[in-house]
Amino acid sequence: MAIFLTKESKVIVQGMTGSEGQKHTKRMLASGTNIVGGVNPRKAGTTVDFDGSEIPVFGSVAEAIEKTGADVTVIFVPEKFTKDAVLEAIDAEIGLAVVITEGVAVHDTAQFWAYAQSKGNKTRIIGPNCPGLITPGQSNAGIIPADITKPGRIGLVSKSGTLTYQMMYELRDIGFSSCVGIGGDPIIGTTHIDALKAFQDDPDTDLIVMIGEIGGDAEERAADFIKANVTKPVVGYVAGFTAPEGKTMGHAGAIVSGSSGTAQAKKEALEAAGVKVGKTPTETAKLAREILA
Amino acid sequence: MDLFEYQARDLFAKHGVPVLAGEVIDTPEAARAVTERLGGRSVVKAQVKTGGRGKAGGVKLASDPQDAVEKAGQILGMDIKGHTVHKVMLAEMAPEIAEEYYVSFLLDRTNRTFLSIASVEGGMEIEEVAATRPEAVAKIAVDANEGVTEAKAREIVAAAKFPAEVADQITEILQTLWKTFIAEDALLVEVNPLAKVADGRVIALDGKVSLDANAEFRHADYAELEDKAAANPLEAAAKAKGLNYVKLEGEVGIIGNGAGLVMSTLDVVAYAGENHSGVKPANFLDIGGGASAEVMANGLEIILGDPDVKSVFVNVFGGITACDAVANGIVQALELLESKGEEVTKPLVVRLDGNNAELGRQILDDRNHPLVQRVDTMDGAADKAAELAAK
Repeated sequence: MAIFLTKESKVIVQGMTGSEGQKHTKRMLASGTNIVGGVNPRKAGTTVDFDGSEIPVFGSVAEAIEKTGADVTVIFVPEKFTKDAVLEAIDAEIGLAVVITEGVAVHDTAQFWAYAQSKGNKTRIIGPNCPGLITPGQSNAGIIPADITKPGRIGLVSKSGTLTYQMMYELRDIGFSSCVGIGGDPIIGTTHIDALKAFQDDPDTDLIVMIGEIGGDAEERAADFIKANVTKPVVGYVAGFTAPEGKTMGHAGAIVSGSSGTAQAKKEALEAAGVKVGKTPTETAKLAREILA
Repeated sequence: MDLFEYQARDLFAKHGVPVLAGEVIDTPEAARAVTERLGGRSVVKAQVKTGGRGKAGGVKLASDPQDAVEKAGQILGMDIKGHTVHKVMLAEMAPEIAEEYYVSFLLDRTNRTFLSIASVEGGMEIEEVAATRPEAVAKIAVDANEGVTEAKAREIVAAAKFPAEVADQITEILQTLWKTFIAEDALLVEVNPLAKVADGRVIALDGKVSLDANAEFRHADYAELEDKAAANPLEAAAKAKGLNYVKLEGEVGIIGNGAGLVMSTLDVVAYAGENHSGVKPANFLDIGGGASAEVMANGLEIILGDPDVKSVFVNVFGGITACDAVANGIVQALELLESKGEEVTKPLVVRLDGNNAELGRQILDDRNHPLVQRVDTMDGAADKAAELAAK
């Protein structure tokens, strides 16, 4: 088991024929992902060769699902076209859409999120502006390097891409059930809470590491959820203690206004819910080790 | 990106939100002709991106064109909460205000949708009203796909209990304000006060607009709206090179990849600084995913050019970014600066992990630059960088 993604997952790539899409499709294939197709209406019917694997290109997500039984799509299309790509995935009712694209306008995200809701949330959305997710040894949907760590019993959910990698590296000898990068944009599909719930229900996860950062109140709400619903140990880390108020630090969501959304407020909320919070990524990894020892 | 009041006014006017006539100027003398155009009198308003300008003396009434020149002269150059006034807006003198309301649309992160906020008790104390009597402030969710139809606008008007005599006008204003919000890709459009004046008209007298920088790809005009005067010179130089840089007050220059890792690096350096005379991070600089040697070199050049910086910490975890490219960038940057005759005297602490880390470390070891030290853990490298900055 794992969460959201397993070796059974059949993955398609929207934007596979673009440069980013090609580069990462190659990497995903190399890490064992079962990629069954790409989508590009202008190149439908052709195939793309990835070191000997001929991957077919379909005209639409719906066609790819019909022909291959795909249940996961990874979206690499440029920010201008991301909304339409996600709307297409939702219309096709694919189970999981992983939106890697960075720099998506928040009105576009708000619209595709509202659309997913109105269609009954049949498609789980991860991202946008995220590294995707990996179930080590099984499947990799996105841009997370597959060679950092191995299968194991830690579940990881993080707003930040590079902190995901850093934490996988810190705990590489123990290994992970699944690692989910949910992205740091103001509106995202899958939240900390969704991942916490899935890890709580996953028999192959013994401990959960959650990484947050300044901005919004997702961590505070995750803390409430943990208090009420999570019995597995949770270790946390929050980035952005020294970020000044009102300055955007790269991630569109990482902006603090007033006292809400500060790293300190998030740390306190998590600690009040029984989560052990590390001061640095390394200290956080140490806390996880102590619990698993 | 937060806009000035005059820019918000222009956008409101463009989309049909009723506003008073106004023009922006940056020299006192220009106030004369503008005030003549506005009918001989004007309100002179400091353009600063902070609240409380009225209390600070940043808004004055001018009774004639010469008076406007004098008032503009008093306000231009004024310091309001650390913001220097470079521009003033001259606005048409408002008719007598009968009532002040509040309306806004904004992004509601928590509920992953948009929100309208409206109150009949607008004006300077709106935050106080919201805190002490939340029932006086209506909050209505707006579906991103349905938007603000006439029916939705009427729902907001009813929830905020706007008086019947202004209901139709405000229903119309809410729709035009929503149009502004959508068409301009705003994160916030706020009118405060939305005033009912003596003749019964409802007019947006002041407003705030904040735009989504991610939407720049469909707004060629965003670049013009940017406040170049306020940008720190290092921030402006970084932006010109496409780098994501924020200047902070501290001594340890920071370069990393990924916003989360860089934020975390700032924290780790600040903690390490507690043991080294309180040194702090000097900046945020994210070279992003898949950074090339050139990007690394550009970043390093900006940071070494910051006179506050005493040491530099390069913290990279290679996911897509290859550590050998980062190491090559460091070597190239040092060579480039030295070839320009600039003596590099600031020590660099480099931590590389992940994709091609061994190769990257080897490149640095081979180059063996006297100012570059390799420390292979994040906490250890932060401590070393703080120690060097404290010397």
